[in-house]
Amino acid sequence: MLFVLPFLTAYLIILIYPLLNGMALSLQRVDLFGGGQFVGLDNYARLFADETFIRSILATFALALMIVPILTVLALGLALALNRATRGAAIFRGVFFSSSVLSVTIVTLIWRFVLAPDAGLLGETAQALGAEPIPFLSHPTWSLWALAITTIWWSIGLPMMLFLAGLQQISGDVYEAAALDRASRWTTFWRVTLPALRRTVVLVVMLQTAAQLQIFGQAQLLTGGGPGGATRTMVLFIFEAAFARWELGYATAAAEVLFLIIVLLTLTQYLTTMRGSEGDGGR
Amino acid sequence: MASLELTNISKAYGATLVLDDVSLSMEGREFLAFLGPSGSGKSTLLRIIAGLETLDAGEVRLDGQRIDTLAPGDRGVAMVFQHYALYPHMTVRENMAFGLKNARVPKEEIESRVAEAARVLEIEEQLDKKPGQMSGGQRQRVAIGRAIVKHPKLFLLDEPLSNLDAALRMRTRIELAQMRNRVDAAFIMVTHDQAEAMTLADRIVVMNDRKIQQVGPPMEIYARPANTFVARFVGSPAMTLAPAELLAADNGRFASVRLGDGSQVETRVSREGLPGGPVQLGLRPENVHVARGGEASTAAKVELLERLGERTLVYARLKDGQAITAEDEGYSSLQVGETIGLRIDGASAHLFDSEGNGHHAEAAA
Repeated sequence: MLFVLPFLTAYLIILIYPLLNGMALSLQRVDLFGGGQFVGLDNYARLFADETFIRSILATFALALMIVPILTVLALGLALALNRATRGAAIFRGVFFSSSVLSVTIVTLIWRFVLAPDAGLLGETAQALGAEPIPFLSHPTWSLWALAITTIWWSIGLPMMLFLAGLQQISGDVYEAAALDRASRWTTFWRVTLPALRRTVVLVVMLQTAAQLQIFGQAQLLTGGGPGGATRTMVLFIFEAAFARWELGYATAAAEVLFLIIVLLTLTQYLTTMRGSEGDGGR
Repeated sequence: MASLELTNISKAYGATLVLDDVSLSMEGREFLAFLGPSGSGKSTLLRIIAGLETLDAGEVRLDGQRIDTLAPGDRGVAMVFQHYALYPHMTVRENMAFGLKNARVPKEEIESRVAEAARVLEIEEQLDKKPGQMSGGQRQRVAIGRAIVKHPKLFLLDEPLSNLDAALRMRTRIELAQMRNRVDAAFIMVTHDQAEAMTLADRIVVMNDRKIQQVGPPMEIYARPANTFVARFVGSPAMTLAPAELLAADNGRFASVRLGDGSQVETRVSREGLPGGPVQLGLRPENVHVARGGEASTAAKVELLERLGERTLVYARLKDGQAITAEDEGYSSLQVGETIGLRIDGASAHLFDSEGNGHHAEAAA
């Protein structure tokens, strides 16, 4: 007990206290200069009548749905391809992981160079081929894809490493048994590899869902929430409410809604995917 | 007809040669044991037969058909892995059925084969469990079951008993012997445990240093070891090998030697075919007894006693410092440090020439 006390203290002060304080704050009308006034569930009622907020929820879900499946499949594919003890594989593992260490500012800067229709890499290429450049940053749907692509590129490293770690846990003789059992590569993947990675897949999907629902930096820096609010994510909405309009109570209420969504989603994912998987741990 | 034929097999990992021109022929449905220390190449040879390793040179034929060019699953062999290698997320039933499903065996056929194997191995109650919920012994049975249902021509067993505790190992050994009688297939078992090899195999293939040292029935390996390696490796405790001097011909048919401490031993090894030069006298513990009364042929000092119950092993040293292992009765009154007389049974002794090749006593006429 004594040894966890320092951690527990920090945990209470910087996580639990703000969480409870936030809940209280969301029930008040309060701005950055202070002076709270209790208004009950007023902020929440306003939120669900606010079309901008509803659109930000939809945009956030759309982004998460674009990013999480592609990111998971891509990371798994890379891990499968790079799960070997060659020098080349080691180099590529490093390369694919390296994007994760960049700050979001650098990442969006790089992708602006790629995606900008007039001077970007893709735009120039399209023009050289005589095609119309895709308006990645100014079209409502394409700008969502611009955010998704940027995010996938930025976040691929960690899930890839998690999958690699999961693959290393599978003992080689199971694959030899599968070879003697006439399993094709495809059968081996579906019946041996994927079931063994089940927990890792759940972990990656849960972590990424929780992370992508909080997507912010890319949206603010790459598209600024535009065009026409098409890429205004929930955190961007919260940020604008708190630090542009100074409506602290309102922003906190939005943050509580996001918090609830994330908790419910990850809990549902965990419960549905982990059901009936007891006894899989042994080998 | 030879069931499995290995011809001139060589294998190297980079610059390290692990199998050097190995040839072996298996007769009918026999049970072979590859016996050898770690790094002798026995597991590599098994894996080459299974198709889990490629070979650099040579051929593998099973029932006349060349199989070293085929995929592992197409060779008609089944393997039981040392660590079982069961699919952890599949039930026992699915584990056993997996190979048959991949081979597109009809569903009813799969069900009947799995049911039959489960009955034989007494794991019917476990069919819907997963390997993680089972004990080591039960997993071992599932691994064997997974091999049986394939009706292979050849079973490959990679140290099948090494992960079991002593009591279970004895029981599984007996069960393997029984299974062998029920199944119409040949068996190859890799082991470093000579007791397993001696009790289960029709013939033992002793391997060391990338090569086959000797192939023969267990008692022949024990009684007529081809060389000093086999002599020392098979038998527990190991055979005593004492440097000796061949005595000049005295008209007798059999060779006599003088040990380092001056004592003489008359063997029943024929003088003919024995090259000159230094020899080693090979003595199994049961051929050296503690002498009571005046029948001792030499004396030794006791260094260590191992009381095994029905007999006592005596580790002693001759006057010239040569270590020798002898046997005494179970209730031995010997003490460490005591000097004792030893009676060497020369008629059962072996001689090894300077090349290390064994020469053995002729059967008493």
